[in-house]
Amino acid sequence: MTARGTHRKWGRRNVTRQVLIGIIAVVFVLWTLAPIYWLFISAISPTAELASYPPHWFPEEPNFNRLRAILSSGLLSSSSMQTMARPAEFFRKALGNSFVVSLTTTAICLTLGTLSGYAFARLRFPGRRLFMLLPLALQMLPPIALAIPLFMLLERIRLIDTLFGLILVYPSFLLVYVIWIMSSYYQSLPNELEDAARVDGCTRLGVFTRVVLPLSRPALFSTGLLTFLLAWDEFLYALVLTTNQAKTMPVAIGEFSTQFGVDFGMMMAGGLLASIPPILIAVLFQPLLVRGITAGSVKG
Amino acid sequence: MHRSGSQPHHFLHKVRRRSSNQRAESRFAFWSVSPSLILMMGLIIGPMLYAFWISLHRVNFMFPERPFIGFENYVDMFQDQGFQSSLLRTLYFMAVSILAQVILGLGLAEFLHLDFRGRNVVRVLMIIPWAVPTIVNGTLWLWILDGSTGALNHLLLQLGLIERDIIWLGRPFLAMNMVILADTWRMLPFYVIMFLAGRQAIPDDLYEAAHIDGASAWQSFVRITFPLLRPVVLVVLILRTLHTLRVFDIIYVMTRGGPAAGTTTVTFLTFFTTFKFQNFGKGSALAFFTGAATLIMALFYIRTLRAGEVEA
Repeated sequence: MTARGTHRKWGRRNVTRQVLIGIIAVVFVLWTLAPIYWLFISAISPTAELASYPPHWFPEEPNFNRLRAILSSGLLSSSSMQTMARPAEFFRKALGNSFVVSLTTTAICLTLGTLSGYAFARLRFPGRRLFMLLPLALQMLPPIALAIPLFMLLERIRLIDTLFGLILVYPSFLLVYVIWIMSSYYQSLPNELEDAARVDGCTRLGVFTRVVLPLSRPALFSTGLLTFLLAWDEFLYALVLTTNQAKTMPVAIGEFSTQFGVDFGMMMAGGLLASIPPILIAVLFQPLLVRGITAGSVKG
Repeated sequence: MHRSGSQPHHFLHKVRRRSSNQRAESRFAFWSVSPSLILMMGLIIGPMLYAFWISLHRVNFMFPERPFIGFENYVDMFQDQGFQSSLLRTLYFMAVSILAQVILGLGLAEFLHLDFRGRNVVRVLMIIPWAVPTIVNGTLWLWILDGSTGALNHLLLQLGLIERDIIWLGRPFLAMNMVILADTWRMLPFYVIMFLAGRQAIPDDLYEAAHIDGASAWQSFVRITFPLLRPVVLVVLILRTLHTLRVFDIIYVMTRGGPAAGTTTVTFLTFFTTFKFQNFGKGSALAFFTGAATLIMALFYIRTLRAGEVEA
């Protein structure tokens, strides 16, 4: 009887527990996804429906005109799409700039950072500890502290409002990060393979390119993803160092209303397109990213 | 000793090979490290010193002359009421957002560590806000919080929770808290990821032992989880302190520092002074101040991290 009693008590507790877990899970998922849902719905709702009350939580006449206008440079057929030609072009150009800047910066930082990271992990040379810790501290400097002098310097050498200027500046906050993650990855690799290759007469460079690089593919990939995300998200430098031609997507979205007036439908369309690459990366490569975040403890 | 004495030739040969090896190593180290170092020197240390140099001058793009004025910009800055209140607002943003996010993050990490159906789906979905670019996040919340056609007002009206539209970003203090809300939506996944990783590293037998000893779930959390998570919590706290000190993007896009300067943080004030009022000297003083404050905290951070390494 006591056994049955405790059993029943356990069962009831289990049910309350299940219900509680269910409620928390639903609330948490709603909190997470509702804004994303609204981002998507606002991008595909006609402007009139966006302003209506009661609100159309699901649009009656959804269309992809805004997204199509941004993505296709071709002819815009209907007259309703003519009006979005200019803002759409504004976003299209910024989207292209964002890809060029983020990908190029990631490539540069991976190339330089991997080599330096390896040297920091394996080689003993004078000043190694200082060179390792100093950049780590410096990398945490707020971008505003560097944006002002960088603006004045780039203005002097006429690199304001160029993609090249941005690509030159972005390693200031990305390179250290790559070095740090890669060198901690190399420290976790056993020495034996490299030692064997060296006994066989390989030079350091040979060891690096033939043994170490193939081994670091997964680490390179996850570091590359995080670097890309950080570059894609960057705003302050891009805001200060561009005026017109070289605007990236965050700047285009942030300044949209000053150029074209407040048009949330269009702003959400741009925002949706700017969010798709990072969201895809985050969902598809989550385990890799999580390892990178916890190892690097940098992105905020 | 005896062996090397009997085979002097071998011994010398070995030494020579080692040293030529070492020279090759040094050369490799030099060529692999110097490009990165030069880039960082040029992009970080150089500009930082240049900012300091500018901050000692009166630099205003409306006037061609740039007289040296010593620390006048700094004296100005500390006496400026706008600076003092922006500092207080930055501290408020820091304290409230970090406190709320740490508490929610700890709770959610504990929740996602439970074993329930659909847990992996929730774990995958929860990372999405963190992937949304900061500017998109700010714009999205600006739209959700819009005073007349925003989704939040519409939702609350439909549910009968409010009778009139609320102008969420219309009053200084309320606007600041709404910015914190938007920041929390995006940053919470970062806390959960960090805390969950730390939580998963705690062995289960500790909890079993506590359970046998009759400890409640809350007692286990206070006595086991929290002390063992402390290093992770500390890392997150310091990182986020550094991040919130530089908060800018989300404020730029949601409120432009308003209303009535209610969301003007130090970074925003710096930006405004420099690029709107064209006062590069004072702006540089503000920037250098933030930079120096961050550096001090960063050094503290690195010391804590390395203390952690020693413990582990």
